[in-house]
Amino acid sequence: MASRQSADAAVPAGERELLSAGDVARTVARMAHQIIEKTALDSGAEHVVLLGVPTRGVPLARRIAERIATFSGVTVPTGALDITLYRDDLRQQPNRPLEPSSVPTGGVDDALVVLVDDVLFSGRTVRSALDALRDQGRPRAVQLAVLVDRGHRELPIRADYVGKNVPTARSEDVAVRLTEVDDTDAVLLRRPDTSSGATPGPEPSSEPGTDTADSAGGKQ
Amino acid sequence: MIRHLLTADGLDSETVNTVLGTADTLKQTLLGREVRKLPTLRGRTVITMFYENSTRTRVSFEVAGKWMSADVINVSASGSSTGKGESLRDTALTLSAAGADCVILRHGASGAPHRLSEWLDHTGTRVVNAGDGTHEHPTQALLDAATLRERLGELSGRRVGIVGDLLHSRVARSNVHLLRTLGAEVVLIAPPTLVPDGIESWGATVTHELDPQLPTLDAVMALRVQSERMNGGFFPTAREYSIGYGLNAARTAKLPEHAVVLHPGPMLRGMEIAPRVADSPSAAVEQQVRNGVHVRMAVLYHLLAGEESTA
Repeated sequence: MASRQSADAAVPAGERELLSAGDVARTVARMAHQIIEKTALDSGAEHVVLLGVPTRGVPLARRIAERIATFSGVTVPTGALDITLYRDDLRQQPNRPLEPSSVPTGGVDDALVVLVDDVLFSGRTVRSALDALRDQGRPRAVQLAVLVDRGHRELPIRADYVGKNVPTARSEDVAVRLTEVDDTDAVLLRRPDTSSGATPGPEPSSEPGTDTADSAGGKQ
Repeated sequence: MIRHLLTADGLDSETVNTVLGTADTLKQTLLGREVRKLPTLRGRTVITMFYENSTRTRVSFEVAGKWMSADVINVSASGSSTGKGESLRDTALTLSAAGADCVILRHGASGAPHRLSEWLDHTGTRVVNAGDGTHEHPTQALLDAATLRERLGELSGRRVGIVGDLLHSRVARSNVHLLRTLGAEVVLIAPPTLVPDGIESWGATVTHELDPQLPTLDAVMALRVQSERMNGGFFPTAREYSIGYGLNAARTAKLPEHAVVLHPGPMLRGMEIAPRVADSPSAAVEQQVRNGVHVRMAVLYHLLAGEESTA
């Protein structure tokens, strides 16, 4: 198998490594710093709760909370918010398994909730998460943290904390790998199979947070 | 995933575990919520057709559908055109044409939901068996398994006794199939007159003596004596049945400490189960009903929340 050697892992042809394991760790640390700064976390004025969207948003939220604890000494409660029951595309996809939700004790009422997800794409996952959150209680405010913003929004949604902005074509696939789920840390950009005659040329490349496009399925 | 839920027989362990896992997640999701409403089945129409009396099954299907925002409509034989002589097939096709995404059927004839699923298959309408004659009652077996898991953990290697009217019991048959799929051992206990022909093929131990079994059981389920289906003399008197097979305090004292007492309801207190046993901490009757809602939500989720069928 021909592959280019990166710092951490062999990357197969057709994939490009956007973030190495080291990059992921640094990016998570930077997002933790930004959350501390923007929410004035160490002043103690705000009750901050991190809620990850399964699958990979959950370990990501835990990692950010761990970094926040290291940097500021404040322990931020984390939880999981499964959005499957709130999706708007249930009828378009095969039946999906549910993931457990867990809201930290103390709930979300009057808290500053930071939703955490791996990739921000169409924004539909976040819309579903906002609906799911409304059924959990009434947060004082809701913010959004994502490791990768790849553009192609279909809804008026934007992230408050972005690990990395990546211009992508809609046909491409951004894959986040986290050790807790995948045994490795990396962010990969996958090209569609060009050998079958599909030309990537006409596909408009999008700056994150600007374009509108329809769903490409999978993680939105 | 399955298209219709007609029997517990033939459900593989993967499907059973998926449905029970979904039920558990739904239960946790709704726990402690002020508003128990999920948008998941918005715009879906569920019609319950009950040709036999029922409280808990009909209500829990209705609650399950409503908590997931489906529109639930109840049809009973007495208030419908069945009273004017319409056949089951025509009634079902009418309901499907009127927009039913799922029909939940209880019927006195064994196999009626199976026939219904054949008649409705081309329409895309899903069918759930809510009890057919003396055949099967799959969602009851699922909620019993969910309850036993909560109380006992994994069911593999557990020994479950089912006592009473095996001859008329769809609950017993569905439970035997499902419990064996989950790796449990089943002991069926009944007087000789209430044991159906061909029970050897169920894959469970059959005995007529309850008392020797009690110390070995992790759970015991009392079945209702179905007098509405009894035209002959199956036992001399109710009192004699109760003495031989009723779950009373003296009997449950012989069960292991951890053992669970189940009853699918409706209970005939003093007949197959003594009031003191029914209200004891080892009885899980109310827990069964609570789990019934979540299990039926899970069934509706797996049948209705996926892609539109292309049939």
